[in-house]
Amino acid sequence: MTDPNTTLSPLELGSHDKTFLDANELIINMGPQHPATHGVLRVILRLDGEKVLGLECVIGYLHRGVEKIGEHRTYTMFNPYVDRMDYVAAVSNGLGYCETVEKLLNVEAPPRAQHVRVILTELNRIASHQLWLGTHALDIGAITPLFYTFRDREEILKIYEKYCGARLTTHAFRIGGLQYETYTGFEKEVKNFLTFFRPKIDEYEELLTTNRIWVERTKNVGTISAQDCIALGVTGPVLRASGVKWDLRKAQPYANYKNFDFEIPIGENGDTYDRYLVRMAEMRQSVSIIQQAVDALPEGPIMAKVPKVMKPAAGEVYHSIEAPKGELGYFIVSDGSTQPYRLRVRPPSFVNLQALDAMCRGQLVADVIAVIGTLDIVLGEVDR
Amino acid sequence: MGAIIQYIESYLSSDKTPGAAGNMFWALVYIMLVFGGLSVAVIAMNWLERKILAHMQVRLGPMRVGPHGLLQPIADAIKLLLKEDIMPAEADGFVFWMAPLIVVLAAFTVFVVVPFGPTHAVTDMNIGILFMLGVSSLSVLGIVMAGWASNSHYPLIGALRSSAQMVSYEVAMGLAVVSAILMTSLNATGTGTLSMIGIVQAQMAQHEWFIFKFFPLGLVAFFIFAVAMVAETNRAPFDLAEAESELTAGFHTEYSGFRWSLFFLAEYSAMIAVSSIAVTLWLGGWLRPFPNMLSGTPWDQIFSLFPGVTFLFFAAICFYNTVRMPKHPLFRVQTIGLAGFGVVLGLIGLILFVPAVSVRLQDIFWFSAKVAGFMYMYIWYRGTFPRYRFDQLMQMGWKVLLPMGLGVLILTASVALLQQKLWHP
Repeated sequence: MTDPNTTLSPLELGSHDKTFLDANELIINMGPQHPATHGVLRVILRLDGEKVLGLECVIGYLHRGVEKIGEHRTYTMFNPYVDRMDYVAAVSNGLGYCETVEKLLNVEAPPRAQHVRVILTELNRIASHQLWLGTHALDIGAITPLFYTFRDREEILKIYEKYCGARLTTHAFRIGGLQYETYTGFEKEVKNFLTFFRPKIDEYEELLTTNRIWVERTKNVGTISAQDCIALGVTGPVLRASGVKWDLRKAQPYANYKNFDFEIPIGENGDTYDRYLVRMAEMRQSVSIIQQAVDALPEGPIMAKVPKVMKPAAGEVYHSIEAPKGELGYFIVSDGSTQPYRLRVRPPSFVNLQALDAMCRGQLVADVIAVIGTLDIVLGEVDR
Repeated sequence: MGAIIQYIESYLSSDKTPGAAGNMFWALVYIMLVFGGLSVAVIAMNWLERKILAHMQVRLGPMRVGPHGLLQPIADAIKLLLKEDIMPAEADGFVFWMAPLIVVLAAFTVFVVVPFGPTHAVTDMNIGILFMLGVSSLSVLGIVMAGWASNSHYPLIGALRSSAQMVSYEVAMGLAVVSAILMTSLNATGTGTLSMIGIVQAQMAQHEWFIFKFFPLGLVAFFIFAVAMVAETNRAPFDLAEAESELTAGFHTEYSGFRWSLFFLAEYSAMIAVSSIAVTLWLGGWLRPFPNMLSGTPWDQIFSLFPGVTFLFFAAICFYNTVRMPKHPLFRVQTIGLAGFGVVLGLIGLILFVPAVSVRLQDIFWFSAKVAGFMYMYIWYRGTFPRYRFDQLMQMGWKVLLPMGLGVLILTASVALLQQKLWHP
C-alpha cells in the first residue's frame, strides 16, 4: 500500500530480522475451521512467539455468486437473495435493495410503509448488535453474555415471525413498500419489547463495561486512527469509534430518518473498548428511534404504485444505507430490461475486514480474536 | 486367622492414619476409597458444573439422559471410552501416549496426603504439603509433553502458555503457603510442621483458622493462594492454555476419546486437590465450625446432625422435583429414577444419623463441604469472567501476586516474632 493518506506500512514478507532472539517465524493457519472466526474466514498469521507480525485474510469459502445471480433474476425475484448476504441483518439488506430499485424506478414508498420499515430495520440493528455482543464476549472468554443476548434477541425474532413468517431471512420489504399490513397488536408488541429491552442493555453493561478483565482485554487493543479508517474505507461503528461522526442516517438521510431525533454516538481512541461502547450506545439510540416511529405510525396505504413487470429506464444508480455493520451500498446498472445489467453490492463487512491486518499488527494472538469479534463481520456478506 | 482379623481391626481404634500406623491393609482400603470417591466426585462435578453454569446462563443444561440429566456424565464416559482413539500420523507416539498418564498420575498421587479427617488419610507424611506441591507441579511436565508430542501448532502454543503460567504462579503460591506454615510454629515449643494433619491440628490448638490469623495477613495469603490455584489448574479466567476461541483446545487439541478423558479427569481432580490444600491450610481442614468455642456434648451432638440433615435436604429436593415432573407416561421412568435417587440420598442421610457412623464420617463431611464451596467458586468464575491475555496474566503473577506474597510473608514473620518475643516471652 503506497497510499499517501495512511500511516500504514506494507507487510514485508520474508523478513526474518524482526523476531525475538532470531527465532523462526511461526506461520499459523487460523480457520477456516476455527471456533472464533465467525464462520469460514481463514487468517494466515505470521507470529513471533505470541506476537503478530502480520496476517493475511483468505476469503471466498462462502462465495455463492450473489451479484452474478442478480443479473439473471428480475428485480422482484432477486429481493430474497439479499437476505442471505448478511443473514443476521437481513431486514437492513432488504431495505437497501428495495430503496435502490425504488430510486431507479423513481417511486417512493408511502409514509406508513416507511415508518414500518424504520421500525423493523432498527429492530434488526438491535438484533445484529446483540449477536455481535454475545459472540464478541464469547471470543474474549465471557460465555454468559451470549445467552443473555440470545434470550432477548428471541423477542425481536418473534415480532419478525409474526409479521412476515420468517425469523432470519425475512424478506420483509417489497419494492415500492410492504407486502403485508402489520398484524393486529404489532404496535403494542413493539412497545412492550422496548420497555422490556431498555433494562436489558443495562444488564449487559453491568456484566462487561466495568469488568476489570473485560476492560484490560479491550482497551488499547486493535486501535485504528480515524485517518486510517478513512483510507481503508472502513465505515459503521468501527469508524465512529475512531471519532468520525459519520452516519448515513444523518449524512444522507434515506427512508424517513430525517423525521426522527437521535444522536450519533462516537468514541475517541478507536480501540475495541470504544467500539463496544459505541455499539451499546447505538442500541439505546435505536430504541429511541423505534419509540418515536411507533408512536407516530401514520395510517394509509403501504404500497406505492409500481408496475407488475419492472422495466426501469436504462441508467445506473448507487444507493447506500447505514446497515448495522456500516455502509451497505447497492450499485445497479439497468439496460431497460426486466433484469439488472450489472448489480454490485458494497458490503460493509468485506471492506471493514481489510483493516484487520492494520489493527492486529504488533498485538498478541489473543487480540486477533478480539479484533475479529469487534469488526463484527459476517462471512456471508464478505464472500457473497 | 485371629491374628489376621486383629491386624485388620488394629487400625480402627488407632488415632493415627493407616499409613502412619503402618497398617498396610487399611492403607490399601483408603487408597481405593480415595480413588473411587475422587472418580465419583469428578463425575458429580461434571454434572454440577453443567447444571450450575446452565442456570447462570438462563438455560437448562442436560435434561435428556436420566432425570434432570443425572446420567449424562455416565453417558459421556461411555461415549468417550467407545470412541476411536486417534493419534496424529506425525505425532511422537511414545510421548503422546505417556503425557495423559503423567498428568493423571500427578493429579491422583497428591491425594495420598490429603487429610479428610484426623485419621482419614492414606498416610501422614511429615513433609505432606511439600509433597503435595511437588507432585502437583509434575502435571506441567505432562502438559508440555502433550503439546510437544502432538506436533501441531495450536497444542504447542497451548503447552508453552500453560508451562509458563504454572511456573510463574507456583512462586506466588509457594510464598502464600510458607506464610501459613509459619503460623503453625506459634506454639509453646516454637516448632512448626509440614504435615497436613499437623497443620489442621495447629489451627485447632490456636483456636483460629489461619485465614483469620493476624487479620488481614492470613486473608491476604489466602487470597493469593486462591488466585494462584485457579491459574495453576488452568481454569477460567486463566484458561489460556485451552482457550477455546484462540487455540481451539490448547494442549489437548489432538487428543480424543479415552486419552482426552484422562486430561479431563486430571483437570478436575487437580481442582479438588488444590482446593484441599487451601481448605487444609486456611479453612481448618476437617474441623467443624467453632470446635473450641461451641464445644461440649450438646454442641457436638448438634453438629453431628449436619451431615444427615444435608443429605435429607438433598433427598427432599429430589422428591420435590419428582412431584413436579410432567405426569406423562413418557416421563414415568425418569420420575421413578429421580424418586429412587432421592430414596438413596435419604437412606444415606438416615445412616449418617447413627452415632457410630456420624462420629467416623463427620470430619469427611466438613472437609468435603468446604472443598465443594471452592468447586462452586470455580464454576462461578467460569460463568462470570472473560479470559485474561497472556501478557496480562504474567503481569498479574509477577508484578502483583509475587510482591504481595513476599510482603505477606515478611509481615507474618515479623508479627509472629514480635508476638513470641514480646507478648509471650
